[in-house]
Amino acid sequence: MDDALRLDERRAAARPIAPPSKPRRSAIRENGVILAGLGALALVSCVLFMTIDARGAWGFVLPFRGAKLAAMLLVGHAIAVSTILFQTISANRILTPSIMGFDAFYGLIQTVLVFFAGAAFAAALDPKLLFTVETITLIGFASLLYGTLLSTGARDIHRLLLSGVILGVLFRSVSGLMQRLIDPTEFVVVQDRLFASFNSVDTTLLGISAIVIAVVTLAVIRMLPVLDVLALGREPAISLGIEHRRMVLIVLGIVASFVAVSTALVGPVAFFGLLVASLARVLVGSREHAATILAASLLAAIALVAGQTILERVLGFDAVLGMVVEFIGGIVFLVLLLKRGTA
Amino acid sequence: MIETNALSKRYGDTVVVDGVTLSLPAAEVTAIIGPNGAGKSTFLSMIARLLSIDTGTAHVCGMDVAKAPSDALALKLAVLRQDNQIVARLTVRDLVGFGRFPHSRGRLTGEDRAMVEEAIGFLGLQDFAERYLDELSGGQRQRAFVAMVLAQDTQTILLDEPLNNLDIRHAVAMMRLVRRAADELGKTIVVVLHDINFAAAYADRIVAMKNGRVAVEGRVEDVVTETIIGEIFGIEASIRQVDDQIVCLFRR
Amino acid sequence: MTNRSILATASLAVAALSIASLMIGAGDLSPVSLATGGLTAEDLRLLFVSRFPRTFATLLAGAGLAVAGLIMQMLSSNRFVEPSTIGVSESAALGMLTVTLLAPGLPIFAKMLVAALFGLAGAALFMAIIHRLRLRSGLLVPLIGLILSGIIGAFVNFLAYRFDLMQSLGSWLTGDFSMVLAGRYELLWLALGLTALAILAADRFTLAGLGRDVAVGLGVPYGVTVAIGLVIVSLVSAVTIVSVGVIPFVGLVVPNIVSMLAGDNGRQTIPYVLLGGAALVLACDILGRVIRMPYEIPVGTTMGVLGAVVFLTLLFRRRPAHG
Repeated sequence: MDDALRLDERRAAARPIAPPSKPRRSAIRENGVILAGLGALALVSCVLFMTIDARGAWGFVLPFRGAKLAAMLLVGHAIAVSTILFQTISANRILTPSIMGFDAFYGLIQTVLVFFAGAAFAAALDPKLLFTVETITLIGFASLLYGTLLSTGARDIHRLLLSGVILGVLFRSVSGLMQRLIDPTEFVVVQDRLFASFNSVDTTLLGISAIVIAVVTLAVIRMLPVLDVLALGREPAISLGIEHRRMVLIVLGIVASFVAVSTALVGPVAFFGLLVASLARVLVGSREHAATILAASLLAAIALVAGQTILERVLGFDAVLGMVVEFIGGIVFLVLLLKRGTA
Repeated sequence: MIETNALSKRYGDTVVVDGVTLSLPAAEVTAIIGPNGAGKSTFLSMIARLLSIDTGTAHVCGMDVAKAPSDALALKLAVLRQDNQIVARLTVRDLVGFGRFPHSRGRLTGEDRAMVEEAIGFLGLQDFAERYLDELSGGQRQRAFVAMVLAQDTQTILLDEPLNNLDIRHAVAMMRLVRRAADELGKTIVVVLHDINFAAAYADRIVAMKNGRVAVEGRVEDVVTETIIGEIFGIEASIRQVDDQIVCLFRR
Repeated sequence: MTNRSILATASLAVAALSIASLMIGAGDLSPVSLATGGLTAEDLRLLFVSRFPRTFATLLAGAGLAVAGLIMQMLSSNRFVEPSTIGVSESAALGMLTVTLLAPGLPIFAKMLVAALFGLAGAALFMAIIHRLRLRSGLLVPLIGLILSGIIGAFVNFLAYRFDLMQSLGSWLTGDFSMVLAGRYELLWLALGLTALAILAADRFTLAGLGRDVAVGLGVPYGVTVAIGLVIVSLVSAVTIVSVGVIPFVGLVVPNIVSMLAGDNGRQTIPYVLLGGAALVLACDILGRVIRMPYEIPVGTTMGVLGAVVFLTLLFRRRPAHG
């Protein structure tokens, strides 16, 4: 595998650079049709989600479905962008924050806070305050942990992946253990907060999530040119004058904020990011982050909203979106792994 | 004694071994040489029943390898493939002991243990006998595998590129050992080699393969000639006699 | 340590833990009354209905799972796999789910066989995938196993959710000995027979672990050996899931530690693996009983933490030769 990776790098390095006959258009304009199409699809999905089967009672349906829709859009965007960013700094196309145990880490932080503060105290606390504390903790610890992991283990992708997966298992197990240690009667109080999912979206956090996402997305937009250079890999980025380590930490902080939002709203979603990031690259290539990120974000919106509409309204399967995503995403991941292992 | 008759193997449309008919006499060292992709290892693997035979037959000590029971064959034929990467933490003595498996089914008798010690001694591994394989150098590990093959105590031994991972000192020691096994123990040994000079120096007989077929076969002096080597490997070579030994020089 | 001293230490540890397991629980028995025979009728009932069964179940499951893990590692020539990390456990749970849906009236033994059959299919799928790999990277193999079990797990979850069986699924997927009573664990004795079978075939598994070419060269029927191994592994997984639920990582932790201490010659080391597995699971179960009295922490949870820590340690201990 190492060899295969190195070969990839060599191939990339050896690729002849096209003579600059005329300035290339930006990736967004180049893929204008595709992106516009995705945008339209996303819009149609949203409209369908809001309107199908919504007989009468608009006063009830609109805010209820609206909140759910907003959550899905936020979560989709957060997962899509964080995955692409994570893949950029790890210079790898099959790593994602959730495969590396990022969202399990958030779950652990939630549990640890409840454990030490006491369930009753935590339940009485303003959820927004709790969310903020948890997010900041995640940014701090995750940057530290994954910064170290990425810098030490980056050469062996399988070791990195495996340690990420097992870290995820560890975080989940420790959370599970601590939850068992909390008094069961007290635990019921915080249980709902610890287990958000697509069907029990935590709507109290929508407002603050939207703000976090907006701020972080702005930061990402400002960083776009730097991201394109980071994607070349550590050595080329350094020789082009990027402060690699600092940038990696900043991007990890951004990724952590996204992960905190999506996990707080709907809980862990393992393979979804991989799914949309891979698909986005197939559709618009990966020349510029601007186009890839936009496409991934739109694809995530389509997948979540249309997926939920189809599963819930058409097939009548409520509450299984997470599992379906996990199932399909897992297969995609396996295929990607095997393609690299057998090629 | 090994006999093959029109032995062939194909993968899809590619014929890897193409109707090889050979008769290799007992108690001799036969080296199989040839360029990469000539089908040497595939040929060897078919004789050793590690790969199924598409058409043709192979007999070892009179047994049809495709039909004979695998455990009966293991008493007559031992094989060592290249790249023995193993994860198991076994000591050298454990590994060599497994060479006795065909005889004792895992319950080592005194005689088995004596054979194991003899094989360990034959390869000069006494000092490493209780060491784990993953603590050994590549060359030591390779010798441990050869010791296992010797402990199997079969009339016929097939070795697939046994000199891989060995430095020149150990490569020479290995080939001397092969020679001794044939001369002193009367073994029939077939060895796939990359290096023409090793083949010329230690083998009785050379089989040169190209494109899945036997190009030439015979005594060393008949095969290692400038025309034949040049033809098979597509290189220009000079053959010289130095102190009774045929050597092959590659022109600049 | 010499082999004999390892064996002695492990046996002593298992014996001590077993006695502790008989004492400790919601109703305490004192060692004195146990030794002097001063037990009341109530004590005896507790002992025979709950404590003995529980202790036996723990010993059997631990030993069986550790040996199953060892076999799986030999068959795939990889240190980092075990039934619960390659999809065998999830497949067996799928089998239980299927049989519960389609034929709920079947006796428990038949259900277990169906679960074992599904587990076998899962194990065979894993083997088929890793045999296709050109580059058998030491860490790619366990990674594929984990993802495979994730995929099967997602499917099982989906089914369970649709058919309102999440609670049953939970009981299969989280190992817990607190519900073990006389009459509800006896299937686990099958693990003893399977372990014995594994000891008989130990040499063949070790040889299979050296690779197909070496095994065939020594006259060992490779395909048959792998098939027997997979059947043992899936049966052990199935009986544990049916009786107590998945106990993760036992099959990974124990064989790895034994390998470090005493190597991998199956015939010599299977006894250690067996005792080690029993001791580890017993220790975790006892820990789960005392740590949060009077509540119990399921052994699956404690093992999850411990196993993940050991796994990570192994992963970063040294550069594996075949990484």
